[in-house]
Amino acid sequence: MTTEYLFAGFGGQGLLFSGKVLAYKALIEDKFVSWLPSYGPEMRGGTANCSVIISDSPVGAPIITNPDVLVAMNLPSLDKYENAVKKGGMIIVDSSLIERKVKRDDVSVFYVPATDMASKSGSPTLANMILFGKMLKETGTLNEETLNAALGKCISARHKDMFDLNLNAVKIGCAE
Amino acid sequence: MTVFKKPHALTDAPFHYCPGCTHGIIHRLVAQAIDELGIEGKTVGVAPVGCSVMAYDYFSCDMTEAAHGRAPAVATGLKRANPENIVFTYQGDGDLASIGTAETVHAAARNENITVIFINNAIYGMTGGQMAPTSLVGQVTQTSPYGRDPALCGYPVKICEMLSELEGPEYLERVAVNSVKNVNAAYKAIKKAFQNQIEGRGFSLVEVLSACPTNWGKTPSESLKWIDSAMIPYYPLGVYKDRSAGIFGGKTGGACDRSESAEKCACSGKADCGGRPVNAGSSNGSDCGKNACGAK
Amino acid sequence: MSDKVLMKGNEAIAEAAIMAGCRHYFGYPITPQTEIAAYMARRMPKIGGTFLQAESEVAAINMVYGAASAGVRVMTSSSSPGISLKSEGISYLAGADLPAVIVNAQRGGPGLGGIQPSQSDYFQATRGGGHGDYHMIVLAPASVQEMASLTIKAFDLADKWRTPCMILADGTTGQMMEPVSFDFDIAPAPEKPWALTGTQGKRAHNITNSLYLSPEELETHNFNRFKKYDEIMKTEPIAEEYKADDADIILVAFGIASRVSKNAVDEARGAGIKAGLIRPITLWPFPSDILFKHTEHARHFISVELSMGQLIEDVMLSTRCRRPVTLCNRAGGMIPVPSQILQAIQNVAANGGN
Repeated sequence: MTTEYLFAGFGGQGLLFSGKVLAYKALIEDKFVSWLPSYGPEMRGGTANCSVIISDSPVGAPIITNPDVLVAMNLPSLDKYENAVKKGGMIIVDSSLIERKVKRDDVSVFYVPATDMASKSGSPTLANMILFGKMLKETGTLNEETLNAALGKCISARHKDMFDLNLNAVKIGCAE
Repeated sequence: MTVFKKPHALTDAPFHYCPGCTHGIIHRLVAQAIDELGIEGKTVGVAPVGCSVMAYDYFSCDMTEAAHGRAPAVATGLKRANPENIVFTYQGDGDLASIGTAETVHAAARNENITVIFINNAIYGMTGGQMAPTSLVGQVTQTSPYGRDPALCGYPVKICEMLSELEGPEYLERVAVNSVKNVNAAYKAIKKAFQNQIEGRGFSLVEVLSACPTNWGKTPSESLKWIDSAMIPYYPLGVYKDRSAGIFGGKTGGACDRSESAEKCACSGKADCGGRPVNAGSSNGSDCGKNACGAK
Repeated sequence: MSDKVLMKGNEAIAEAAIMAGCRHYFGYPITPQTEIAAYMARRMPKIGGTFLQAESEVAAINMVYGAASAGVRVMTSSSSPGISLKSEGISYLAGADLPAVIVNAQRGGPGLGGIQPSQSDYFQATRGGGHGDYHMIVLAPASVQEMASLTIKAFDLADKWRTPCMILADGTTGQMMEPVSFDFDIAPAPEKPWALTGTQGKRAHNITNSLYLSPEELETHNFNRFKKYDEIMKTEPIAEEYKADDADIILVAFGIASRVSKNAVDEARGAGIKAGLIRPITLWPFPSDILFKHTEHARHFISVELSMGQLIEDVMLSTRCRRPVTLCNRAGGMIPVPSQILQAIQNVAANGGN
């Protein structure tokens, strides 16, 4: 089985990071995995997305045309990728940042006001991880043990506080 | 009794240089410094593109041949790979001051611990006498047949003065090889440039004003005189920077004149200075205008 | 959990180079390969190595020339416009028979082009790139694991054959992260009695040089170097064959294009078309014999590339025009999707493979 995830939004929202945590989690679960960022000349604010493919067999092209799961953190991303999502796939929308609704009715859609929730939780930069938690829950791929290990791979041991904050944000997303 | 003989650091290969060319003298001075410092076994030289392109055949130490202008970069690679080696480049004016200006400036800026012997004869020799970055204003060459016109191609590049503005380099001196006295001074400078590297002091460049009778269209003896009459006035001899001796030419303008700071001058009290400013740096406008250029 | 780490392709190259004993790296920033320089800048000072950001690509490759002359394992990396600048130095390395590793994370061209992935430096890499009669060994990784393994191989081949060796990657393979294992057996670098380390008063001077003013002498050097190339062409070509043994239609693709092609092959097989893939891993020497072997059964070849028809020339030469060859390409930084390649396969199949 192969699942293709597309995280899309602005640069600086942490989408590449949540993609990396997902990829590491899959690696720890002994899956085949690829992680591919978009890259451009701008460092902040431009569109950024990241494709993660998780599979039971070696990954072919690391490029995603039709994702199974789309996490959208701004309107341009939803506009651009909504119709690309596979029939029966999933779209997770940061409803703090995207006012409109998803037009399709052949995909499951979850609206999470992640940016507002992150601000309320005291970690305004961790909306990405709240959406990530929601995505793990709804795709049925939550595994606390491998999640912890993956976060440990992506956050330096010197930043224990960041580890806790990220894990907490994922839990907030899972509870949503 | 001292018997004059060929330095060990020169091979037996006969030089291919033209009659009256002073490359041979400079090769000898470099080899003599290598001999005297006892470093031949650990020295690696970098030959340029230009008349001295085959210098790799003339020096007994390990040698490489660099692409045109890239000798300081090649030397950087050699020195970084084996810091215990003594690495020198031997480059002409087209190589060092035209196509290789970037490599020269940045090796100096990094204070790369290498020795650069820069031969300035104000002309492209190997290709048959074209205008060099250091050709003098009015100088007739194959590619400036009506004389170098600053309106058309700017002014000759003063490498020592230019590099002396940099924080990086350790030692910059301009010498000439057109008289016994000047040859002796040139030897001292070249030896010092190697000694600096041995002591880990950093980038040391000796600019040697050199004769090219063939392409200047002069006899060898006329050529030596032309160095005095035409080149040295534009390219004053002297120490442009010697960090260890406290000489920072570019910053202090003509301040390294014997009369003003003899105690700081590398050749303080020596006849070489000859009343000329040891440093003719020109960054401080008014000072230098009179002091440096007026002293000729 | 396995012993694998998740790493960007560019970083995998850098780490593998260090494992291979490379302690000298000279580079200049350019997208999309700057991670290599950044990685080296972090690591080299901690392991007694040299990282130096040169003033230009031209200077960097000549620093490589110097360090290679000194006998150490040395690497530089750049992307397409920077490789053009380095081509002078690569020619000199080849002419002086010096081993060095050069990485090209290709981006779209010509000119300043773009910064998205491309394979349009294929001619430049496989034909030499600089002036004069020479080749360099060119390796084309298609995964992060190969970014690592082929880098180690590149150092071995460069030393073995005394030749510059290029890793021809692209923006995608450089930027993507995949699990990679660094469980390699590293062979020690061979002795280099020709290196410039100082005579120590014990031998005649060594010279590294590409200048031979006598045409007879230069011709001899070139003939001898091409005898070496003949040996390389006999012994070093490698390719991956994927479902090619019974294929009617064979895709030929390297690097990122081969990854997409593999998906297309699977989809074509699912649709009942006997498609296969040959992925050259050495682009020079090109695995011509492997391609030719498959002309026995394959009826059609399709060159899938991120360029305007460069690889296809080697496919035509290798198959000696026994079978038709079609181009399926994107350019300028675009990457084909599997459906585009599948369409090309289906078009050929509909035409009876002709």
